[in-house]
Amino acid sequence: MIKIVDLHKSFGENSVLSGVNLEIKDRETLTIIGGSGCGKSVLIKHIVGLLKPESGNIFIDETEITGLNEKLLSEVQKNFGFLFQGAALFDSLTVGDNVAFGLRNLTDKSEDEISKKVKKCLSMIGLEGIEQMKPSELSGGMKKRVALARAIATDPKYIFYDEPTTGIDPIMADVINDLIIHLQKSLDITSIVVTHDMTSAYKISNRIAMLYDGKIIGTGTPDEIKKTENPYIKQFTTGSSVGPIKMKVKAHGTDTESR
Amino acid sequence: MITTIGKKFIKTSDDIGNAFLLLVKTVRSSFSEKQDRKNIINQMIQIGIMSVPVTALTSVFTGMVLALQTAYSTRNIFNEPIYIGSVVGFSMVKELGPVLTAVVVAGRVGAAIAAELGTMKVTEQIDALYTLGTNPIKYLAVPRFISIVVMLPILTVFADIIGIIGGFFVSVYKLGIAATVYKNDILDYMRVEDLCHGLIKSVFFALIIVTVACYKGFNCEGGAEGVGRATTQTVVISMVMILVSDYFLTALLVLFGVG
Ligand SMILES: Nc1ncnc2c1ncn2[C@@H]1O[C@H](COP(=O)(O)OP(=O)(O)OP(=O)(O)O)[C@@H](O)[C@H]1O
Ligand SMILES: [Mg+2]
Repeated sequence: MIKIVDLHKSFGENSVLSGVNLEIKDRETLTIIGGSGCGKSVLIKHIVGLLKPESGNIFIDETEITGLNEKLLSEVQKNFGFLFQGAALFDSLTVGDNVAFGLRNLTDKSEDEISKKVKKCLSMIGLEGIEQMKPSELSGGMKKRVALARAIATDPKYIFYDEPTTGIDPIMADVINDLIIHLQKSLDITSIVVTHDMTSAYKISNRIAMLYDGKIIGTGTPDEIKKTENPYIKQFTTGSSVGPIKMKVKAHGTDTESR
Repeated sequence: MITTIGKKFIKTSDDIGNAFLLLVKTVRSSFSEKQDRKNIINQMIQIGIMSVPVTALTSVFTGMVLALQTAYSTRNIFNEPIYIGSVVGFSMVKELGPVLTAVVVAGRVGAAIAAELGTMKVTEQIDALYTLGTNPIKYLAVPRFISIVVMLPILTVFADIIGIIGGFFVSVYKLGIAATVYKNDILDYMRVEDLCHGLIKSVFFALIIVTVACYKGFNCEGGAEGVGRATTQTVVISMVMILVSDYFLTALLVLFGVG
């Protein structure tokens, strides 16, 4: 179980999270939605301990992680798989070594077992036989899928997906949706997904939470979210430019508001 | 005005403190943990062997010009060129060998380290290392640290020798000094302490280069532009620090009777 209590974070003057409260139950898939730049990536990076908040607490299975030292934190981090928004593959290593990276560092599997596992993970995302390629030889969507294989290779208890389907064609996106559902159902994994893709959000989520203005303004099952009366959530999920959410368009240092 | 200076001052002392902390962690991790031999040997080749041509070129010409200048100066004063071997030998071994090699390595290797680590930082590869159970200090900083601390003194000895050989050719073939005179001028006065003097300094320079480069790389922010900034800053800062610390190290070493 993950519990976030009153989390605050700002970068200089820019306040990004201002009191986030959220609970993620074991074996559920929770999707976080919200406008671009509202702090979704920042939020999930806090949960895995990559960023430190100014105040607030994060509990992972009863362990409070914001105050942990590096060593204890890295113990907790063994439970996490993280798909980065920009893939973040190691470009000095081959695809195979990328996927095997966590297996080599976190498990004591033999090289034989590791290469079998790498093969299996790559076939799950539909990219068999590319172990020897370098990340620079892959397309953007392929990189994302390899990064996904790397995130799930160590069989983590919690997987964080930062926009798993962005930049991927609709058919492959659905394959990834199925994969996320499959991992949750068959391996009892807890998934935290960040996405803009509402089709995907409705399909994979047990619950959806919306981040707006530094806070979680509502959570609910996909059906509840579809029927919500909350004008902010309604505007976002229907993708309308008319509504209470004004997109801030930053151009040459001046803020202009669009309608 | 005063607040900007004050902020700058605080930022600088913050940087110095954090960079020193990074060095301490790197040193500790170099001694306490099992090292990845292949990675270190790879780095040694990158850092050491690849720097040989440029080091050779700079030091041979430095040795040559030293011989020439000494000859002209002593000819003006004593009417004949004398002590050329001694001047070239001492200057190379105690001063120019270590400093020039360090400056060349700062430009070549320091810049490369900052650029590589900086790119990894801005593309979230450093974050990815954490989530895959690997400490970036251990995986990235330590192999570079060990390689540079081992290779820079070796390169320095190599530069000393090449510089002295350069001086030898100018002395013998251009100035018409007997080969034995040049040789005896060096061997009669040079002591082991003088060599140690140069090598101790080069170890310090190695620490400066690797600390500045890793610190700037790990703290890089702001995309490609940030990587460029980190790279330039690394070269400028480490060169200035090498030249400034050279004076104090020399004074200190002489105080303790080393050279
Ligand atoms: N390391 C950082 N330093 C300074 N500001 C940052 C940093 N990381 C994020 N921010 C700021 O935090 C805010 C939220 O960023 P974040 O990446 O979380 O957005 P997001 O919700 O994931 O957006 P998107 O959907 O476009 O990925 C942005 O305004 C960004 O400028
Ligand atoms: Mg994001």
